[in-house]
Amino acid sequence: MKQLIDFRSFYAGIWKENPIFFIMLGLCPLLAVSASLKDALGMGAAFMFVLAGSNITVSCIRRWVPSHIRIPVFIVVIATFVTVVDYSMAAFLPPLHRNLGVYLPLMVVNCILLGRAEAFASKNNIINSALDGLGMGLGFTLAILVIAAIREIPGQGTVFGINILGKNYTPFLIMIMPPGAFLVIGFLMALKNRIGRKNKC
Amino acid sequence: MLNQSNIGLIFLSAFLVNNILLIRFLGLCSFIGISTHLRSSVGMGMAVVFVTVMACSISWAVYDYLLIPFHLEYLRTAAFILTIASFVQFEEIIIRKKVPALYKAFGIYLPLITTNCAILASAFLGIDYKLSFIQNLVFAFGISFGYCFIIILFASIRERVDSAPIPASFRGVPIAFILTGLMSLAFMGFKGLFRL
Repeated sequence: MKQLIDFRSFYAGIWKENPIFFIMLGLCPLLAVSASLKDALGMGAAFMFVLAGSNITVSCIRRWVPSHIRIPVFIVVIATFVTVVDYSMAAFLPPLHRNLGVYLPLMVVNCILLGRAEAFASKNNIINSALDGLGMGLGFTLAILVIAAIREIPGQGTVFGINILGKNYTPFLIMIMPPGAFLVIGFLMALKNRIGRKNKC
Repeated sequence: MLNQSNIGLIFLSAFLVNNILLIRFLGLCSFIGISTHLRSSVGMGMAVVFVTVMACSISWAVYDYLLIPFHLEYLRTAAFILTIASFVQFEEIIIRKKVPALYKAFGIYLPLITTNCAILASAFLGIDYKLSFIQNLVFAFGISFGYCFIIILFASIRERVDSAPIPASFRGVPIAFILTGLMSLAFMGFKGLFRL
């Protein structure tokens, strides 16, 4: 029997079960919006809200949803939260909304969201599901910020749009273009494999 | 703008210049997962072409004839994903009964496609660019041929890389991403082809 409040479900998402680096799900938004730290932070926050919201809702209704139609129900719940984020962002932060573009509504097919609803929220109580959503969301945000930092600092010489490398710095443009995203994630994964193998020895 | 240019340009733009995998980063999960074998890549590519074209046409019709007249544009996300999911189910049943050979060729990839973000993205993009029905159809063909082309190309590269002596940490997914990066770099060359 699981405890009523279990903080392990919060910490797990940040490092041990980090959705990006360790489970490797939902890579599309990660690559697409990691060219600048601002966009990455916006995407991370939106993602965290949707994940926590859908986890809480799924956990609330888990006793009444028949198991053979659970997937469509979960998708509708997720789509609702995605629509809320999409429209609020369009109203309050139009420049960010323009930058995130089609990747914001596309969160609805992100495997992390459906995966957490199915694997965690449909089996656990509301508080733990909320913690799991926040933890996983935070893990996603941290991962996307790390990648955005690796791409934005050499690519533009800026951090959150503020110049840190001086005026004479020649930007390493490939980092903020699409190929840079693939290369960065490839090297990060190789690094992760290397560390993983060392720990095993 | 895209909605005023001719059909050939729309096709080229979707196929090469803004390739869905290499430039827009969509549909990557299935791309990395399936491209380990050439045979399965061909199956997936075919299934994506088929479903994208059908799903784009249907969601275009749903948006223009159902959501706009009733001022329900904000339901677009939920409406499209449900349309596509139920359409794929429906299509699977029809194909299994009527064209068993095609069903065998598609195999497991048909149901997997529901969660492929490339499909949903092409439906959204077609609406965002305000394309007409014919333009939308051409756009869907362009996007899905782009996916099919790249996944087949990439699978053949990957089959060779498997037997190459690469460092152990890079084996598998990391080298696949780096290869995708290099292909993406090559595709950046199409960027100056024409302006949209």
